[in-house]
Amino acid sequence: MAKFDLNDDGVVVIVGSGAGGGTLGNELAQKGIKVVILEAGARNEIQDFINNEWESFTQLAWKDMRTTSGSWQVAKDFPNLPAWIVKSVGGSTVHWAGASLRFDEHEFKIRSAYGDVPGANMLDWPITLAEMEPWYAKAENKMGVTRTNGIPGLPGNNNFKVMEAGARKVGYKEVHTGRMAINSQPRDGRGSCQQIGFCFQGCKSGAKWSTLYTEIPKGEATGNLEVRPNSMAIKIEHDASGKVTGVVYADAEGKQQRQKARVVAVAGNSIESPRLLLNSASSMFPDGLANSSGQVGRNYMRHMTGSVYAVFDKSVHMYRGTTMAGIIRDEAKNDPSRGFFGGYEMETLSLGVPFMAAFLKPGAWGRTFTSAMEQYPQMAGMWLVGEDLPQETNRVTLDPKAKDAHGMPVASVHYDDHPNDLAMRNHAYKQGSAVYESIGATATFPTVPYPSTHNMGTNRMSAKARDGVVNKFGQTHDIKNLFVSDGSQFTSSAACNPTLTIVSLAIRQADHIAGAMQKKEI
Amino acid sequence: MREVDRRTKLNRRTFLQGAATAVPAVAVATSAGLSIEDAWAEGSTTLAPATMKTLVKVARDIYPHDFLVDSYYITAVKPWDGKAAKDPAVKAMIEDGVKRLDQDAQDRHKLPYAQVAWESDRVTLLQGIEQTAFFKAMRSDLVVSLYNQEELWPKFGYEGSSAEHGGYIKRGFDDINWLPKV
Ligand SMILES: Cc1cc2nc3c(=O)[nH]c(=O)nc-3n(C[C@H](O)[C@H](O)[C@H](O)COP(=O)(O)OP(=O)(O)OC[C@H]3O[C@@H](n4cnc5c(N)ncnc54)[C@H](O)[C@@H]3O)c2cc1C
Ligand code: SF4
Repeated sequence: MAKFDLNDDGVVVIVGSGAGGGTLGNELAQKGIKVVILEAGARNEIQDFINNEWESFTQLAWKDMRTTSGSWQVAKDFPNLPAWIVKSVGGSTVHWAGASLRFDEHEFKIRSAYGDVPGANMLDWPITLAEMEPWYAKAENKMGVTRTNGIPGLPGNNNFKVMEAGARKVGYKEVHTGRMAINSQPRDGRGSCQQIGFCFQGCKSGAKWSTLYTEIPKGEATGNLEVRPNSMAIKIEHDASGKVTGVVYADAEGKQQRQKARVVAVAGNSIESPRLLLNSASSMFPDGLANSSGQVGRNYMRHMTGSVYAVFDKSVHMYRGTTMAGIIRDEAKNDPSRGFFGGYEMETLSLGVPFMAAFLKPGAWGRTFTSAMEQYPQMAGMWLVGEDLPQETNRVTLDPKAKDAHGMPVASVHYDDHPNDLAMRNHAYKQGSAVYESIGATATFPTVPYPSTHNMGTNRMSAKARDGVVNKFGQTHDIKNLFVSDGSQFTSSAACNPTLTIVSLAIRQADHIAGAMQKKEI
Repeated sequence: MREVDRRTKLNRRTFLQGAATAVPAVAVATSAGLSIEDAWAEGSTTLAPATMKTLVKVARDIYPHDFLVDSYYITAVKPWDGKAAKDPAVKAMIEDGVKRLDQDAQDRHKLPYAQVAWESDRVTLLQGIEQTAFFKAMRSDLVVSLYNQEELWPKFGYEGSSAEHGGYIKRGFDDINWLPKV
């Protein structure tokens, strides 16, 4: 395994080892480029994962303080936990469920497709679906996505079968066990899904793709990649010409170190990436790095979400098997006659008893709540996930007061639901309930959003420098050798889960960085 | 379909303190052999036994499950004694909270809270203090310290950790047999 010197200024430094950072690191290493990944979290491997929701959360989740404001429900229910994401090598690909869907064509150009929606900061991506298709194909192959590359779908579990029966009954057509980055048969040195049912707690069979045990060890095997765990990036530095020169980080002992760099790529997920850019303000860049547009931290998107749990008179045991075991896609289209722009997916979801108690109706108590809990084995559940619109005032800023253990201001996350999000959520609650009621559910529970698992948009892509932070390759408009490599590049959020797009962009970006380095442009 | 055996297992073992730190504390089990009678409350060091017993009643009234015996609620609230021992502010919050609740109960029913006979009457009293720090702390701690006890999961038809059993691939992940044919 490689070990690079702190003063080696030929390396590419990547902040974060998740979907974006882990993929970019491996891709560059495969091309012979020297890479140091700084990862704030520890290195927990498959054998360390725990099949217990709270213990696993404690082991893997990002628990450092964050603050919140705005009209979103999460700010009331979980004021210091706006997002449910990971701080560990592999990032949120350790927690993730594996749903891997491509954007639709119109989702890359929301301004053209939906128009100038009041209150929203609408913009088209500087790339199209046609340009992305070959990169999507590479990502699907890399991640072993079911229903692509001749890989069969996963078998449906009980939770899926309930949703599927209801979906057919109400007339939905596109219903199946999903496009999942979970092996339905052995592939790429990893076994097939054992239906363990703790996908969110780290897959103990390794069937689910995670950068932790795919991209990262592959990159390390080249001798070009060093992953430094327990290394929290605090500030990106630059020289008098405005080029970035390295990253200051706190190591495991809390001591500050400086890793020099030829190129820096930020992939800390959409809350931490803008925090790092903002915290790197200097006299030359008083508003933070790459922020001439003022868009760093803005346009924070977290998807319209919610869940519907339904109770039947007989057992379901939804917790058995793949957490996200299937999907209904019929509502994912853009059909403004429903009263909103964009669409949403319905995906099965299950929580264990401990998380169900915490998330079914946060704050609730008394017999209504406990009677619902007692129906746990007869419950089926789905997650609703749809496009939310970018709003300039939904943003990540540096908290003026609260600081973390390293003295770095914590991220403050402001989010107001757009009327479009509210209309979509109401529609989704109604349709989700109808699916279950059609086959005899005796009760349905519209469940409020969990802390954000999908975080996007805070360093968005734009054709013009004044509209966003990065260009079509994730390269910042302002600083040539500074890149953004995670979901914060998203110009719009689309109805589907984001990770396949993050990985596709990272593969594409690696090509661009390698080319630019070869041509000595950076 | 393979159903979950919900009967109480007799070999109650002491389980380890969980590790959730950023979230309300995970329960510590009462040590094996403690009677469900009053002995447990006498074992508290900082909070008075009567206070502990009121907390148990409050816990059951917040999350009433008639199929759960008191020991689960005791397990859930017992750690407050240790927290009160470490932090005088916590001790004051709990003692003042219980005092207020008892006072409200006396005013309405001429009885301390724990002796008010009907749950609905006690719930009305709890609604009266719903916005207090005491109630909020009790509820938010309880939602983890109660439901995170592995021993009560089978009663909710939940089987817990599954990797060591080879997952559910051969244990009923798709054994549902009552769905209508569509
Ligand atoms: C429970 C759950 C289920 C999900 N299911 C799905 C799904 O089915 N499909 C899907 O597409 N997506 C899913 N997601 C979302 C998916 O995990 C994320 O979209 C994706 O991992 C984001 O990639 P990223 O590279 O932006 O960030 P991450 O994967 O979160 O990686 C960021 C990494 O950067 C590190 N970091 C942050 N700041 C710093 C710093 N200053 N210094 C050093 N390191 C830093 C973090 O510790 C973290 O490890 C799910 C997420 C969760 C939590
Ligand atoms: S259900 Fe499959 S993907 Fe999920 S944790 Fe288990 S083996 Fe992994």
